[in-house]
Amino acid sequence: MQTLIEAHALGFKRAGRLIFTPTTLTLHAGQCVVVSGANGSGKTTFLRLLAGILKPAAGAIERRAGVNFVGHQAAFKADLSCLENLCFQHEFYAGRDAGKLLVPAISAIEALSQVGLIKLMRRRAGHLSAGQKKRLGLAGLLVTQAPVWLLDEPYASLDESGAQQVDRLIDQHLRHGGGVVLSTHRRQPVLSVPALSCPIAAAAEAET
Amino acid sequence: MTARPILALFKRDLRLAARHAGQSLLPLVFLFAVLILIPLGVGPGPNLLAVMAPGMVWVAALLSGLLALEHLFRPDLEDGTLEQWWVGDTSVLAIVMVRFVSHWLITGLPVILIAPLAAQMLYLPPHAVPTLMLSLLLGTALLTLFGGLVAALTLGTQRGGVLLAILIFPLIVPVLIFGAGATAVVADGLSAQAHLGLLTALLVLALTLVPLATVSALRLNIE
Repeated sequence: MQTLIEAHALGFKRAGRLIFTPTTLTLHAGQCVVVSGANGSGKTTFLRLLAGILKPAAGAIERRAGVNFVGHQAAFKADLSCLENLCFQHEFYAGRDAGKLLVPAISAIEALSQVGLIKLMRRRAGHLSAGQKKRLGLAGLLVTQAPVWLLDEPYASLDESGAQQVDRLIDQHLRHGGGVVLSTHRRQPVLSVPALSCPIAAAAEAET
Repeated sequence: MTARPILALFKRDLRLAARHAGQSLLPLVFLFAVLILIPLGVGPGPNLLAVMAPGMVWVAALLSGLLALEHLFRPDLEDGTLEQWWVGDTSVLAIVMVRFVSHWLITGLPVILIAPLAAQMLYLPPHAVPTLMLSLLLGTALLTLFGGLVAALTLGTQRGGVLLAILIFPLIVPVLIFGAGATAVVADGLSAQAHLGLLTALLVLALTLVPLATVSALRLNIE
């Protein structure tokens, strides 16, 4: 199995203090890892460290594959249509991670029909509902070649059918040789392969 | 990173600017309003206006440029696209450079193009117009760079507009002195080589250092 990401004892400091106990994570192709922890334990920070948005204060990380990150905000321009946003995403990420492991990407139209937004493709992204924005975020993953998906609360603001769709897309992505790290505080992913767990614990007060 | 992501970003920035036409044109409208108000305020005497013209056009151009700076990075911070710049191995420096170029094309270039008309309205001697345009070319580029750095630094504050204006003040004063000075000496029939040379040197310095500093400043704001 190919290793996509190797993170060793990653830690992040705010105001000189570690916010969670250093955490180790190895992601192989075809694996889904669920980052779990209480509110405020640092799940989002950990995912942002994996994505490269934050620089780790401790530990080391090696990304052997391209990475995609979907946070609380879907990161779309409100004044561009769904299709324009996805086309941009497709072009922007194409060839970004040259020399790394990649998976095939699909076209923007195809991605929109997979997440059920094809009828809204000319609608401005700012006019979508919270759940539809989430779906657009998922479509954004499909148009890039990055094998690693880092999803922060992918089930938030989705109805049951939307959540099942997330599971389906993750399953399909794992079969294609991708890897997924997601954080969730309620719904657990229901996949054809068992998801691994990566607990995050808030650092003890005394630990500085 | 290849050229394709850069081009995609550039195209998107211009498309967004076209969609916010009102906001994109606001600096130009402001500039025009100031230039129309000056003769009404100080009187339409050609001699007086001709003396004031270089300074007035320059001050109006710089102040109108300030209006647009707030939108240089803030929308990206608010919709979450800013943090995406750091995902994976993207060259944030290249992205910031693209943003500077597109911002200058939208806010700086129109000012230069409208300068001959402004010069005409304020009775600036015609032989000083090329120098006015050249000095504005250097000046608007400098304003975009310095403004971008300050905009990135003030991104963390909720209403950064006032702070931005105060912080950028010392940076643009030399630009104004040499820019308006260049046009004024040419209008008086002298050579502006020294002024323009200093402005160019300032631009080279800013082009080298400001994008790097801006990347660091932006990074502070997403942590």
